[in-house]
Amino acid sequence: MSIHHISKSYGPVQALNDVSFEVSKGELFGLIGPDGAGKTTLIRILTTLLLPDSGEARVIGLDPVKEFRALRKHVGYMPGRFSLYQDLTVEENLNFFATIFGTSVRENYHLIKDIYSQIEPFKDRKAGNLSGGMKQKLALSCAMIHEPEVLILDEPTTGVDAVSRKEFWEMLHRLKDRGITILVSTPYMDEASLCDRVALIQNGHILNVGAPADLVKSYSRHLWAVKASHTLRLIEDLRKHPAAYSAFPFGDSVHLALKGELAEGELLDYLSKKEHREIEIKAVEANIEDVFMELMAKKQAV
Amino acid sequence: MNLAITTESLTKKFGAFTAVDAISLEVAQGEIFGFLGANGAGKTTAMRMLTGLSRPTSGRASVAGFDVSRQPEQIKRNIGYMSQKFSLYEDLTVKENIRFYGGIYGLSLKNIGIKTEQLLEELDLREVSKTPVKSLPLGWKQKLAFSISQVHDPAIVFLDEPTGGVDPITRRHFWELIYRAADKGRTVFVTTHYMDEAEYCDRISIMVDGKIAAMGSPSALKKEHQAPSINELFVRLARVTTAGLG
Amino acid sequence: MSPFFAFVKKETLHILRDPRTLVILLGMPIAQVILFGFAITNELNDVRVAIFDSAKDPVSMEISDRLTSSGFFQLSAETGKEEDLEGVFQHERVKLVVVFPPGFQERFYRNDNPQIQLIADATDPNTATTIVAYASAIIRQYEEEKKGSAALPYAIKTEVRMRYNEELKSVFLFVPGVITIILMLVSAMMTSIALTREKELGTMEVLLVSPLRPLVIVVGKVVPYIALGLIIMGIILGLATTVFQMPIRGSLGLLVAECLLFVSTSLSLGILISSRVKTQMVALLISLMALMLPTILLSGFIFPVENMPWLLQIISHIVPARWFIVIVKGIMLKGAGLEVLWEETLILVFMTIVLIGASIRSFKLRLE
Repeated sequence: MSIHHISKSYGPVQALNDVSFEVSKGELFGLIGPDGAGKTTLIRILTTLLLPDSGEARVIGLDPVKEFRALRKHVGYMPGRFSLYQDLTVEENLNFFATIFGTSVRENYHLIKDIYSQIEPFKDRKAGNLSGGMKQKLALSCAMIHEPEVLILDEPTTGVDAVSRKEFWEMLHRLKDRGITILVSTPYMDEASLCDRVALIQNGHILNVGAPADLVKSYSRHLWAVKASHTLRLIEDLRKHPAAYSAFPFGDSVHLALKGELAEGELLDYLSKKEHREIEIKAVEANIEDVFMELMAKKQAV
Repeated sequence: MNLAITTESLTKKFGAFTAVDAISLEVAQGEIFGFLGANGAGKTTAMRMLTGLSRPTSGRASVAGFDVSRQPEQIKRNIGYMSQKFSLYEDLTVKENIRFYGGIYGLSLKNIGIKTEQLLEELDLREVSKTPVKSLPLGWKQKLAFSISQVHDPAIVFLDEPTGGVDPITRRHFWELIYRAADKGRTVFVTTHYMDEAEYCDRISIMVDGKIAAMGSPSALKKEHQAPSINELFVRLARVTTAGLG
Repeated sequence: MSPFFAFVKKETLHILRDPRTLVILLGMPIAQVILFGFAITNELNDVRVAIFDSAKDPVSMEISDRLTSSGFFQLSAETGKEEDLEGVFQHERVKLVVVFPPGFQERFYRNDNPQIQLIADATDPNTATTIVAYASAIIRQYEEEKKGSAALPYAIKTEVRMRYNEELKSVFLFVPGVITIILMLVSAMMTSIALTREKELGTMEVLLVSPLRPLVIVVGKVVPYIALGLIIMGIILGLATTVFQMPIRGSLGLLVAECLLFVSTSLSLGILISSRVKTQMVALLISLMALMLPTILLSGFIFPVENMPWLLQIISHIVPARWFIVIVKGIMLKGAGLEVLWEETLILVFMTIVLIGASIRSFKLRLE
């Protein structure tokens, strides 16, 4: 999959601004960004559903604008909100999607056995009555039934619980092991580490592309995780420190990013003087959220 | 310690199905409490009982000093509620939304005026006070919805998956607002199934199959179960094993 | 199974899985035919009438007698003074006052311009016209009997025969109208809703990304509704011919063929609507406002097209139902064939071709 300088706007809103990146064959690639970043627009362009204003793309060597008919045969697509027919049963949904892609469930059962067998006991239940996790599995089965070469998934883990999310990622990894190229979008930064490579996207701009570990390594600032008895006051005091670049809550601690360097003892003194108690200071590796925030801030500064 | 919420063996049955199975918990005033659970674990049902929308089958619960079975109307007047869908009117302006919610919570006209000015100031929204809500960025809407849910100064505010889908900076600004509210003594009750949100809470409980499977501060729970993250702990507790998974 | 039949099957399942809508769709025509057939009639019965007889002679009394014993009128007041007139209309709720001038009998036999004044309550103009017509007819008949038609100064005798509907049954008028409305409703409204539902669900995205051709999607989607439309037409015709003894004088085959043509026109309208809107709600509103209202009001179903202001008459030309109603009435009541109805049929064919062309063109291969 290759994307070159794609731009797209809706009226005055620039949804995608000069987006370029490449996805290698057999890769599990994450498109990571908050709601409204342009993830769905990009996915719809790649699945031939929208036309870009400028730029071009190739999916398995085919142009989604000119060769959309050929491409449609080889793409497995799962839109956001699992588009299933709520009033049809699990089995009817699967049969229907198999038939419109010119195949049958019997013929390609081996492709989806792994996933579908988990919901097969409920095959006579209407799709509308399934839990989020089961809908997700059914939608994935439907998207996989015609043996696509690439699988494009738009926010498949939004709105499902942690257990189902974990299972879903395990399924994606097994599909990847079979050699299928997967592009998946998600607003959850913590899912980045589950991808081979990711593109971070915000306001229609690609902030960075790379393997999650490399992105984290590219983070250049010193980072402390600080805890104290009163979090709110801690954040405010840390921000007032002259060496502070930013201070943000991260779970039960506060991540302090530095402009230059600051010794641990100095910071401890500073906080003790401000009457914080139970102070804990730890040097930490940046995680993907730190990276994303840093890149966002840089982009805004430009 | 002043208690904002207490429940004793709170139970809700639908026919033969027990959605909430004798849960007992206490939430202190000014605490940020994370109420976690998988889809269908009984989270929503429990929260409906606590907000006075549904009567418990058995057990007792008191919210802001009122009994959920006998005084649901008083409870509604003393709590705030914000869901992920924000409940703001998209075609009304910022100011109109604030005034409307002030009105439905029975604030006097004078108080509505004072409150509106105060919120616009605090949220730094004065410049867009006459802008329809639909044209605001997601993060601003979220802050506005949060503040509006407390326009009547409730003792407790219930948040339903408040920060799904926003960028990491906006999300942190939002948590700072929550910390600020808690600092003023307001109790914040957060239901979510996103485990990284849980890490920000003072204390959390994890519901599995209608029961509370774990309760405590995130760091204590992680230590106790030797889990690297709440997500990991949650998956372990809520493991509804499905056949065929390696 | 071919993708097309898979599609038809799926769509049929949607219809069957929603029994509430199905009951409404099948029940509505039955209810409408029965309502129009039994309850809503234009015929007169026991209209309250007051007689203001200043003559009180045998002729005036005989005429009064004829009126009140006709079954159409019921005497509710006899009054003596003209000042009472207003009171009679207000308090007795009479619809008609018959006024005989003094010395009526004398003038009647001398042919000295005998006059009877009929004063009707015209708050409902249609009823008033009918009442006056009935009363006049009774009076004229009396006159003829007394003097013989030859004796009349104006010797034009009209003989009225109501052709095609001798008993003036209003159900004959309403059945073609009900068929038209229901076919339009099922075809246009239900398909536009069914198509927009796929957009709302997001399933349209998957269908578009599949190798299915748009034509297959659209035709597969509408075939079950064509069948549903024909079933409903069968129900209406069955009721009309059995319960109300309505004839089908022309060819049943032609009738079914014309119905299929009209269904196609309506379906393409439905597809056209659905290609322009995103939600079921908007599709429903547009179908109701832009299709159902003209079908009911401008088709000649309720208000005769000839009596409309010229502007509305012109607009009515683009309402397919206007032509279809003429066709249905022609076939069922007059036994007309294509040699008579070719003009209306051609207009419908032309409309259908244009609409199908437009709806296929506007059906989008993509999401924008």
